[in-house]
Amino acid sequence: MTLTGSRPSPSAAGADRAPADDIIVDARDIHYTIGDRPIFSGLDVQVRKGRITAIMGPSGTGKSTLLRLITAQIQPDAGKVVVWGQDLSQINSREIYALRKRMGMLFQNGALLTDLSVFENVAFPLREHTNLSEPLIRTLVLTKLHAVGLRGAAELMPAELSGGMARRVALARAIVMDPEILIYDEPFVGLDPISLGVILRLIREMNEGLGLTSIVVSHDVQELATIAHDSYLISGGTVVATGTPQELAASGSEVVKQFMTGSDDGPVPFHYPAPDYRKQLMGQSPDEDR
Amino acid sequence: MNTIRSAVKAANGENLIVRFVRIVGQVTLFFGRLLAQCLPSLARPRLVVHQIYNAGARSLIIIMLSGLFVGMALGLQGYSLLQRFGSEQALGVAAALGLLKELGPVITSLLFAGRAGTSLTSEIGLMRATDQLTAMEMMAVDPMRYVAAPRFLGGIVAMPLLVAIFIAIGLYGTQLVGVQLMGVDTGSFWSQMQAGVDLNDVMEGVYKSLVFGFGCSLIAVYEGYHAPPTAEGVGLATTRTVVASSVLTLLLNYMMTAFFL
Repeated sequence: MTLTGSRPSPSAAGADRAPADDIIVDARDIHYTIGDRPIFSGLDVQVRKGRITAIMGPSGTGKSTLLRLITAQIQPDAGKVVVWGQDLSQINSREIYALRKRMGMLFQNGALLTDLSVFENVAFPLREHTNLSEPLIRTLVLTKLHAVGLRGAAELMPAELSGGMARRVALARAIVMDPEILIYDEPFVGLDPISLGVILRLIREMNEGLGLTSIVVSHDVQELATIAHDSYLISGGTVVATGTPQELAASGSEVVKQFMTGSDDGPVPFHYPAPDYRKQLMGQSPDEDR
Repeated sequence: MNTIRSAVKAANGENLIVRFVRIVGQVTLFFGRLLAQCLPSLARPRLVVHQIYNAGARSLIIIMLSGLFVGMALGLQGYSLLQRFGSEQALGVAAALGLLKELGPVITSLLFAGRAGTSLTSEIGLMRATDQLTAMEMMAVDPMRYVAAPRFLGGIVAMPLLVAIFIAIGLYGTQLVGVQLMGVDTGSFWSQMQAGVDLNDVMEGVYKSLVFGFGCSLIAVYEGYHAPPTAEGVGLATTRTVVASSVLTLLLNYMMTAFFL
């Protein structure tokens, strides 16, 4: 495991352990600010081919923002994101769309198109990007729906699906174009244990069976530990630790320990910065004692 | 305190100008992107036809009912006024010109903004809020082409059709009151209308309806596309669509009337 300080060097975040040609997503020294609030200040993340990489961290640390950077939905203030050797800040929108055709993304809420049926949702990328015949589209869609166990729900509308089912349909849609990278944004949120187990199994099977590279953003440590090959723990705008989930679990770092054990007492504060509690309750100004 | 007030006032004034310029710039850029996607979106004609149905067919009831009542009121008012000068036989031509040149395009546009415009804005805004537009971008599908352009084109096509229906039903309403109720001669009603209305009068209504359809659809699609992804954001965007479309309709109507005179 690599433990990094508040401002890690570019080589400290796991890249030194992987050969350069094995890295397909390389985010270097990323700085990103929303309004006056810095989200990343020198973030380094590398994703290796064929592996499941977990991006973990407390809520609000910018995990989903990192995914938006990797998929070129936003650009960093400084630093660069390189995907398949292409610097995302140097390519035009046509090239970005070409890159995205090689990626699949599973959104937290599924993001199914609500005016299309389950079948049409999964068929959507095929209809937009290919000239396949209708029988072939039907075969492909039913195959993918079967893989996620929802072939029987093909004619349902998204409003008729449970949260877990919607996410499985979204997963079928994400893999229908056979992407090389599959990105999962908080795939376990709000799922019952059965759905959660199904999604976990699917992520693992997709990665192994289809030879994908997977990036999973989540704060569900226990679940990720069972499937991830590499993990990044983000806090305070930077990577504070990298390694396998098991290495993170055995870490002596206070930040890592707090996150892995779910303790509210540690370097990551439970309370958002606020004036003195007693003074605020008593209606006193925070500057009164000065 | 006065210094603070004047500073705030100055800042607000500055912000207002900057905001106005920013919005004009944003709308212009958005329009450019929209225009660039209009032709590609026609490759999926089913989408455009579906949006013509959404904006047009689904607005039919309100348009027809309003047209009927406006026409009937016009019949009563027109008859009452023209009778004073002994020229109630001119009710047909008066109603036709009023409906063709002013009432038809303006009222239909206001109703369109309230019915179809709000629907477009809230639909696109909710698509943004539920990540559907982002999901399309991630599937390498430009939402401008798949979502915005078909709705924009659908609105432009639907508006003149709705205006035509509004005018036809309005004339029927006027005839119902003027001829059936007040006793204006049927032959005079229709023949004076035929003699007094020329192609230029009809075209004025057509041009107005096209311009209003263009303006209202652009505002509705723009507001929906840029609505903050929250319940409040979508609600405010929907309100802005109605207000901006209504004001724009009345402003453009005045300018076009002045131009055609």
